[in-house]
Amino acid sequence: MKLTLRIWRQHDTEAPGGMATYDVDGISPGMSFLEMLDTLNERLTVEGEEPVAFDHDCREGICGACSLVINGEAHGPERTTACQLHMRSFRDGDTIDVEPWRAAAFPVVRDLVVDRAAFDRIIQSGGYVSVPTGSAPEAHATPVPKAAADSAFEHAECIGCGACVAACPNGSAMLFTSAKVNHLGALPQGAPERETRVLDMVAQMDAEGFGGCTLAGECATACPKGIPLTSITAMNREWLRASRKVPRS
Amino acid sequence: MARTVWGSTVGKKAVMAVSGLVMLLYLVVHMFGNLKIFFGPGTFDSYAHWLRTLGEPFLHYEWALWIIRVGLVVAVVAHGVAAYQLSRRDLRSRPVGYVHTKARSSYATRTMRWGGVILALFIVWHLLDLTTGTVQRGFVPGHPYHNVVAAFHDWWNNAIYIVAMLALGLHVRHGFWSAAQTLGAGSATRNRVLKGTANALALVLTAGFVAVPVGVMTGLVS
Ligand code: HEM
Ligand code: SF4
Ligand code: FES
Repeated sequence: MKLTLRIWRQHDTEAPGGMATYDVDGISPGMSFLEMLDTLNERLTVEGEEPVAFDHDCREGICGACSLVINGEAHGPERTTACQLHMRSFRDGDTIDVEPWRAAAFPVVRDLVVDRAAFDRIIQSGGYVSVPTGSAPEAHATPVPKAAADSAFEHAECIGCGACVAACPNGSAMLFTSAKVNHLGALPQGAPERETRVLDMVAQMDAEGFGGCTLAGECATACPKGIPLTSITAMNREWLRASRKVPRS
Repeated sequence: MARTVWGSTVGKKAVMAVSGLVMLLYLVVHMFGNLKIFFGPGTFDSYAHWLRTLGEPFLHYEWALWIIRVGLVVAVVAHGVAAYQLSRRDLRSRPVGYVHTKARSSYATRTMRWGGVILALFIVWHLLDLTTGTVQRGFVPGHPYHNVVAAFHDWWNNAIYIVAMLALGLHVRHGFWSAAQTLGAGSATRNRVLKGTANALALVLTAGFVAVPVGVMTGLVS
């Protein structure tokens, strides 16, 4: 396959950026999107040009590092991560636009790499359960109902990639935050911190400068892990419940 | 950190949802009342008079009406201010946009902001037209039937009302469903019913309101 790529190039956070055009040849339909970028980067390196910086790690759809907006869609045209997207989803001669996640809370570090530390701070603010460590607890000490385990697992699938923020017209982090709130809220181990968790995580999310939810639903469409839009509804319910129970600070 | 309802995006959205639903409830009642115009001047004008004596003798003349008006002003202001503040925040959260843009959400979803502004302007026009009569030649206080017929004699006023009611239908279509999610009432099993209800409400409201100017235009009401 022969392709024309238009890629966002930006030297660092402060530098102005712009789209640069590259032609690549010899792409096989079985290559992943990242392997296609590797092919381009090998050539750029040989030619003495700066390779295109992009985030990646596992390349098997489980780490959440890869983060490319391809032709205006977070992770591209298939419902998967960019590393699991294959070139057979494109046609010979296509022009493909590649851009970084766009959000005030995700500043561009370089080219297609953005800083997603805002997500880490949201998790730090409440995305945990406090447990005594030391001796391992008896496995059956806390029974978990099957339905709760299933719901927790569905939400625990979030890999923190940030595609939901990138796809949302408001750059909102509601889907990501709700995945963690619902994951831990469904389990008995998460019950003691149920109220403070949702209040603190939403407050941190707001403090990071993410937008609000307008129920456009683009996040759930883009999410490679299928976190549903109703996850946000459930978090709203949790937040309203918690704000009635916890005294205002 | 802000943990108040108004200080949080989730809480502020809940204020929008509740104020929106208050206005929606009012609009359903309002539309129903408007349709009495098809039963002639006697029915319509006495209904308007009854609105003023509502709650008597416990309430004084027109008090019930004023209580409703105050409630509506509070709802409109809360809704508008929350919409403005949340929208500004949403726009700020993506200072650099995408080069390759793609519109995927529905038309109703994308027009909430401008549709809301159209509705706000319409509310002002509607009050000046049929409540105070400021912008209407031949307005006679206390004779609503006559005033409605007079108002819809001008084709351009019909156009204003019809466009505004189409905007209302779109706003309610996304708004009702959206409010249910904001208030935590939606779920995977309930959302089909909620979407259906939103569409039905939008359709009934728009058709019910538009029926009056169309009735005058076609001579059914004169
Ligand atoms: C004062 C003029 C108005 C403005 C500026 C306005 C603006 C907005 C905006 C920007 C939204 C959020 C859109 C989104 O979530 O994508 C919204 C939602 C909504 N509006 Fe309005 N609107 C106005 C009038 C009305 C009226 C007359 C009604 C009555 C039917 C209404 C009912 C709603 C409802 C129920 C919502 C959903 C709230 C939620 O998402 O939880 N609005 N409005
Ligand atoms: S909710 Fe989905 S899109 Fe958002 S961070 Fe988690 S896995 Fe990525
Ligand atoms: S590189 Fe790990 S999910 Fe794509």
